[in-house]
Amino acid sequence: MLDTIKDIYSVFWVDLRNLRHHWRSAIVTSLVQPLLYLVAFGYGLGGGVRIGEVSYLAFVIPGIVALTSFSTSFNGAASKLQIDRFFYKSFDELLISPVSLYSIVAGKTLIGTLRGSISSIAILLVGMFLMPTLEVSPLFLLALFVSCFVFSLFGVFIALVIDSHHGMSTFNNLVILPMTFLCGTFFSLNELPEPAKVALYILPLTHASQSLRAAALGYPFPWLSLLVLAGFGIAFFVGCIVALRKTSV
Amino acid sequence: MEEFIVAERLTKKYGNINAVDGLDLVVYSGEIFGFLGPNGAGKTTTIRMMTTLTKPTDGRVHINGFDVVHDACKVREVIGVVQQHISLDRDLTVRENMEYHARLRRLKPAERKKRISELLDYVGLSEYADRMVDALSGGMKKRAAIVCSLIHNPKVLFLDEPTVGLDAQGRRRLWDLVRRLNSDGTTIFLTTHYIEEAEALCRRVGIMHRGRLIALDTPLALRRKLGLIAVETIVGNRETHYQFFADRAEANRYVQSLPPDVGTVIIRESNLEDVFVVQTGEKVGGG
Ligand SMILES: Nc1ncnc2c1ncn2[C@@H]1O[C@H](COP(=O)(O)OP(=O)(O)OP(=O)(O)O)[C@@H](O)[C@H]1O
Ligand SMILES: [Mg+2]
Repeated sequence: MLDTIKDIYSVFWVDLRNLRHHWRSAIVTSLVQPLLYLVAFGYGLGGGVRIGEVSYLAFVIPGIVALTSFSTSFNGAASKLQIDRFFYKSFDELLISPVSLYSIVAGKTLIGTLRGSISSIAILLVGMFLMPTLEVSPLFLLALFVSCFVFSLFGVFIALVIDSHHGMSTFNNLVILPMTFLCGTFFSLNELPEPAKVALYILPLTHASQSLRAAALGYPFPWLSLLVLAGFGIAFFVGCIVALRKTSV
Repeated sequence: MEEFIVAERLTKKYGNINAVDGLDLVVYSGEIFGFLGPNGAGKTTTIRMMTTLTKPTDGRVHINGFDVVHDACKVREVIGVVQQHISLDRDLTVRENMEYHARLRRLKPAERKKRISELLDYVGLSEYADRMVDALSGGMKKRAAIVCSLIHNPKVLFLDEPTVGLDAQGRRRLWDLVRRLNSDGTTIFLTTHYIEEAEALCRRVGIMHRGRLIALDTPLALRRKLGLIAVETIVGNRETHYQFFADRAEANRYVQSLPPDVGTVIIRESNLEDVFVVQTGEKVGGG
């Protein structure tokens, strides 16, 4: 057990070291998009709008936090792993070491989780400043952390199955970008026709934004969504192991 | 001598390409074994299978008595690998890369420190230890990769084309390092497509061609089978004909028997390139 934890940390260690060189730009770039959304949607479009009891700004902030956690965790994990695999070619060194595949996957997930957590908490702080009535409860933080971890696993999985830089940017444009807009981040899913709703509930980000919003606005907490999110995490983890087993021994 | 690496009918297929095709090979403990072959011969694929990175389609490899597929962990303990392409984190320093490898190999912190400074000294990288890998010359990068692969004191070191892209001096310094490692007890398995490298370093050489081993012996024995002396006759400045003879006397008799208008005649010692060309009808450098 202790060995496993040490192994996971060793895998994480090199990513942390690597991040030390460019952490400032990494954080700043990850905040640009969500801040633009906050301004454009929160103030620009939704200025006077109310959704139910709350202002649109209060409604959209948890959505933007979910989106930040999603894109930063996913990209943080996926881009580093792709760099390891195709640019540094150092991923082989990991596969050749005595570290188990489980520890490799867990370790490679941590850099995305860390980056996602830092960026979403930064956005959250901005949100709390703009909208002091938001409730940042332990439950909110739990949901946020689970989201970061699951989306980071998603990134590791995709970086393992997609074998080229080109494929990665295609995936980003066809899957990641639409998800950031559609998964209940900017609008309430209640307004949608039934089939669209079902389709969106199949995506993990929907469950993250529902959980975070419920926690922040004091709605009944959707435990099922948190559970589904964890289920996605397990599925991605298994996917990673299967992908790794396919090629290496 | 003890058998250290044993491959039996080792095969890797990619689609309909047989990258490695029924390889039978034994490498003995303590030797420098060279795998010689042109681009695409299957050298890297063989190394990747031997080092647990690629699953064989068929056949088996044992290293130090352990099966590389079923006992991968036991195999990983005794092997060090220097990939064909530098596989370090280039935005970290040499020392950071070494520390990473030491952590992956579960060395204790005190052990880590000691081993890193010992090894830096051993390969002559001490003054470069705190430089970013990206800022090193090609030869230094190779040394950095070697030093990382040695961190756990492996019994066998795999080197995939270690001197490609190095200048003459860098190449010789690397050869010296390989010899020193070997005389300190490390078995070496290296691949190359440089004839001189195989001749200069290796006790035994296997020649690989399109996934198959077409010759396997000491360089001298391989040359002896062919003839130690080569005679090249260049006909009409276009075509070169090669003949091989056991010794100079025989070669001289042949040259004297040639018609007087034959053109340029060169008598020289044969080399591994001749062995390769005769076996395959192709040049090692491709073509
Ligand atoms: N991952 C792969 N997928 C498909 N084909 C592959 C793969 N790896 C190698 N091959 C093919 O297997 C054959 C042997 O390749 P390999 O890299 O082992 O040759 P090599 O002797 O190392 O050549 P080089 O001197 O260029 O490094 C080649 O035809 C190559 O195209
Ligand atoms: Mg190769």
